[in-house]
Amino acid sequence: MIELRWYIWLSLIVFTIGMLGFLTRRNLIIIFMSVELMLNAVNINLVAMSHYMQDMRGQMLTLFVIAVAAAEAAIGLAILIALFRTKAAGHVDEVTELRG
Amino acid sequence: MQYIFFAYLSVAIIGLSIFIITRKNPVHSVLGMLFMFIHVGALYLFLNAEFLAAVQVIVYAGAILVLFLFAIMILNIKEELQTELFIGSWVMAIPVVMGLLIMLFLGLRAVKAGYTGLHNIDYIKTMTHTKAFGKELFANYLLPFEVISVILLVAIVGAIVLAKRRLR
Repeated sequence: MIELRWYIWLSLIVFTIGMLGFLTRRNLIIIFMSVELMLNAVNINLVAMSHYMQDMRGQMLTLFVIAVAAAEAAIGLAILIALFRTKAAGHVDEVTELRG
Repeated sequence: MQYIFFAYLSVAIIGLSIFIITRKNPVHSVLGMLFMFIHVGALYLFLNAEFLAAVQVIVYAGAILVLFLFAIMILNIKEELQTELFIGSWVMAIPVVMGLLIMLFLGLRAVKAGYTGLHNIDYIKTMTHTKAFGKELFANYLLPFEVISVILLVAIVGAIVLAKRRLR
């Protein structure tokens, strides 16, 4: 029998890899992909919890997370296209108007 | 048998995640992501969530990745292959991420599935997963379901407004 703990560790590792990509990559598209990676890690966690607690609540949350991920990807890529049109920049360190 | 299956899936998911964040060519990253989503869907099948596995493959692999591929088409791949992969201060990220990993590892060590609800495996098997899922969704989660449709509508309108050439 596979324990719940293993699923939690798997999702923890995937979340960490996604966060590492989010913090270190320059390309904006890869940064969005890292966000999707983190959301997937959370989904693995929720579905495993739902299975081991024998309750559907986690799976409901997973469905909503998937819908929000779709909305987020659409908005993020629209922002990316607007950025390309105005500045022709696809890297995070080329956009420094706010002096961040 | 199930250990082999779980070990294969977890190794594939972790390996493909590392593959995604280290590729220079974004198209390779998207292809790695496609395989990762399919493996995550297989993991959902393994956890008796067939409907979610189908949703994972259809929405993530079918819709979101196509959006990503469209966005990559406006990138200049030749220029992308020449530039630096990581931002200048990438070393700073490693202690942050390691700290998070250790903290969450120590915190999550104690997690146990103590509470047991109504939806056990026999219930799902007699009812089929999609039916049990739909009953729960439309009985107890109707308001969040409606709210999520409004969120999707806002996302559609926002994406069109942002990507439009000029707003009159």
